Amino acid sequence: MAAWQDRIFEVLKAGNVKQVAYVPDAGHARLIERVEDSAEMRGIVLTTEEEGVALACGAWLGGERAVLLMQSSGVGNCVNMFSLVSNCRFPFLTLVTMRGEWAEFNPWQVPMAKATQSVLESMGFSVYRVARADDVEETVQAAVDLAFESDQAVAVLLAQRLIGRKSWLAGN
Amino acid sequence: MAGRELTGRDGLDRRLASARLLSACPKALVIAGLGSATYDLFAAGDRSANFYLWGAMGGAAAMGLGLALAQPRRPVLVLTGDGEQLMGMGALATVGVQRPLNLAVVVLDNGRFAETGMQPSHTAQGVSLPAVASGCGFAWTLDISEMDALKPLGARIQAMQGCGLARIKVRAEEVARTLPSRDGVWLKNRFRSALGFPPM
Repeated sequence: MAAWQDRIFEVLKAGNVKQVAYVPDAGHARLIERVEDSAEMRGIVLTTEEEGVALACGAWLGGERAVLLMQSSGVGNCVNMFSLVSNCRFPFLTLVTMRGEWAEFNPWQVPMAKATQSVLESMGFSVYRVARADDVEETVQAAVDLAFESDQAVAVLLAQRLIGRKSWLAGN
Repeated sequence: MAGRELTGRDGLDRRLASARLLSACPKALVIAGLGSATYDLFAAGDRSANFYLWGAMGGAAAMGLGLALAQPRRPVLVLTGDGEQLMGMGALATVGVQRPLNLAVVVLDNGRFAETGMQPSHTAQGVSLPAVASGCGFAWTLDISEMDALKPLGARIQAMQGCGLARIKVRAEEVARTLPSRDGVWLKNRFRSALGFPPM
């Protein structure tokens, strides 16, 4: 798992992303670690995901690129705040790790997983979905370019199959 | 109930208070929370370095944080109301972790959801936003009920010596609306132009 997360880090760094807001997810753990160890980027831990939407818009007002890392359940927390992005046509990029869609143990993750892509599209996002590690780098690069060169709202969904099974029980 | 102040007659005139504050921190980049704070900021004098929210309730402080981190040499003022800040209370914890030296949140607190019919808010019923900010690790907090405190508050904001939150107690009263532009793209491009950034 670490290899494709390291490639995301390199794409964001090369893309001049300075603020990385996140509500932690196991699928983003390696990337968050790289960001927090980085001198070029600032990691910003949030209490809820919609803070990261507003923060990213504020960063752009001040001339910096930001990205929001969250899991699929967090997309539901953001919906009204996405109106800030669309009303002002802020460039906005979020990388979403999917839960509740493949070999999920916890049914509480499933409803939001089913709704994630359509909710984002309803709010005006372009949505890219990645299911193979080999496609991660190119897809995130394309998302960075679309967001910040064309002032668009873009989400990359990182499939649960890419992230792998969560071990719930000792000895599993 | 203990802690209630439901009559709402106490407090400063919000337009006079915000005008006094803004005249004392002319260098600040300002984001106004939706509703009365947006009208107050516009009434105090429109300028390119003002950004008016008409929605995104609860987002003003987090937006100010992103701006303050991106522009560390400029004072950033988030001017908002009690209802807007109550919806974004978690953002005070997020600010408290980052603690940018150049960010101030000023809450014009009338203890009401004024835009929707003056329903009493939590701050009229014992909840203290300065106490929350203090608990979140803000460098300074102030509870202001006198006009004389506003000029020093503006000077403190421009000094950029730590992130802070000030609550200004204002009267719960209807004030004539003064409406800035609702065009978000225009407001964004105007604000960024003032900082030297071109439009797309």
